[in-house]
Amino acid sequence: MQVRVRVPTPLRRFTGGQDEVAAQGESVRSVIEDLERRHPGLKERLLDDKGELRRFVNIYLNGDDIRFLDQLNSQVKDGDDISIVPAIAGGN
Amino acid sequence: MATISQSSPRSPAEIKPEVVPVQRALSVLELIGNTPMLEVRKVTAGMLRPGVRVFAKLEGFNPGGSVKDRPARKMVEVGIQSGELRPGKVIIDSTSGNTGIALAMVGAVLGYPVELVMASNVSRERKKIIEAFGAKPIFSDPMEGSDGAIRVCRRIIEENPERYFKPDQYNNEANSLAHFETTGPEIWRQTSGRITHFVAGIGTGGTIMGTGRYLKSRNPGVKLIAVEPDDPMHGLEGLKHMASSIVPGIYHEELLDAKMQVSTEDAYEMVYALGQVEGVLVGQSAGAAMVAALRVARTLKEGCVVTVFPDFGDKYLSTNLWIGWQQWRRERLQRIVGKWNASTSVTT
Repeated sequence: MQVRVRVPTPLRRFTGGQDEVAAQGESVRSVIEDLERRHPGLKERLLDDKGELRRFVNIYLNGDDIRFLDQLNSQVKDGDDISIVPAIAGGN
Repeated sequence: MATISQSSPRSPAEIKPEVVPVQRALSVLELIGNTPMLEVRKVTAGMLRPGVRVFAKLEGFNPGGSVKDRPARKMVEVGIQSGELRPGKVIIDSTSGNTGIALAMVGAVLGYPVELVMASNVSRERKKIIEAFGAKPIFSDPMEGSDGAIRVCRRIIEENPERYFKPDQYNNEANSLAHFETTGPEIWRQTSGRITHFVAGIGTGGTIMGTGRYLKSRNPGVKLIAVEPDDPMHGLEGLKHMASSIVPGIYHEELLDAKMQVSTEDAYEMVYALGQVEGVLVGQSAGAAMVAALRVARTLKEGCVVTVFPDFGDKYLSTNLWIGWQQWRRERLQRIVGKWNASTSVTT
């Protein structure tokens, strides 16, 4: 399945400055694995050493927070939109 | 009997002396500052040498709930004095929360409308508080973070420059000045001049620059340690990872003695510990400040380390800060039980 992934500013150094990249996978977790192959360094920013989504990272699948779906096992379809959003805005 | 439902405020002269409390404020703005300082003893127990003490200034006691009341009041005051802010103008700024709340409060007291640009992923509580003070929130793209909010704010002002007064906390020296005039002297007084290390997070840099300058003016030997997130992708609301951000104009790194990086996970766990062990519920930037203060304190043979807890934690209860804290509590309990079992087996 081919999906579009929106990348926040702090992670664009891994995507050559692109704010949107393509990736493939059957679930959010496998999309992240594919992202890591294409843009090394991304996975570590998204998942902790136990392979779970870091607490301060939110991932939305077609606008829905995956924590309220099937977490990283949420299934994706061709053309789906995935957004990676830091849980905070930074600055104060 | 005195009532509080007056339609218009009375001048002090109109109030009968017998109904005036001995200590009173004529405006909530007079209640900003003079926050208490807590010695953090339980979280640090067993980790420090006997001559080392760690204190935290509890900025959540400010009327707007954070350290940002200080610069907000000062920036507006200076704006009025210079004539840049006058009746008919609107106060506008980009802020992810605490400065917005503080500006909204100051605007409400002084009668100025306030508009605030923030990324739409700031905590729900903050948005509500800002609206409760009568200010208007304007949301920017969460993917662009606080730098995105800065850019949107610039665009709005460019379209109608005469309408707005922008305190511009990132580039307004009145921000640092507020801390030079209040936070610094308070800490000097509260520690009887014994402070050796000042540790504070950097968002705009105002706290560490202003307070630091004052402390160094009293004792050039006081060390200034700034705290920042360890990665551009972080969850420490209120703090900036300087290398990857627009560097604020008021931030002068050469004044610092050291910079310390703290991970989001460590800061979050410190927030949990401060709540559970010390009875102080704070925000994540306070957690980060405490992690750094403790690291500094552990390297000392003697010293007086002071840090700033920018706010309390009630504004963050709906945020990701609390995702996973139950797991932390379980793991911590297991560690305590493990230690207890080990000590029991030794003694029996």
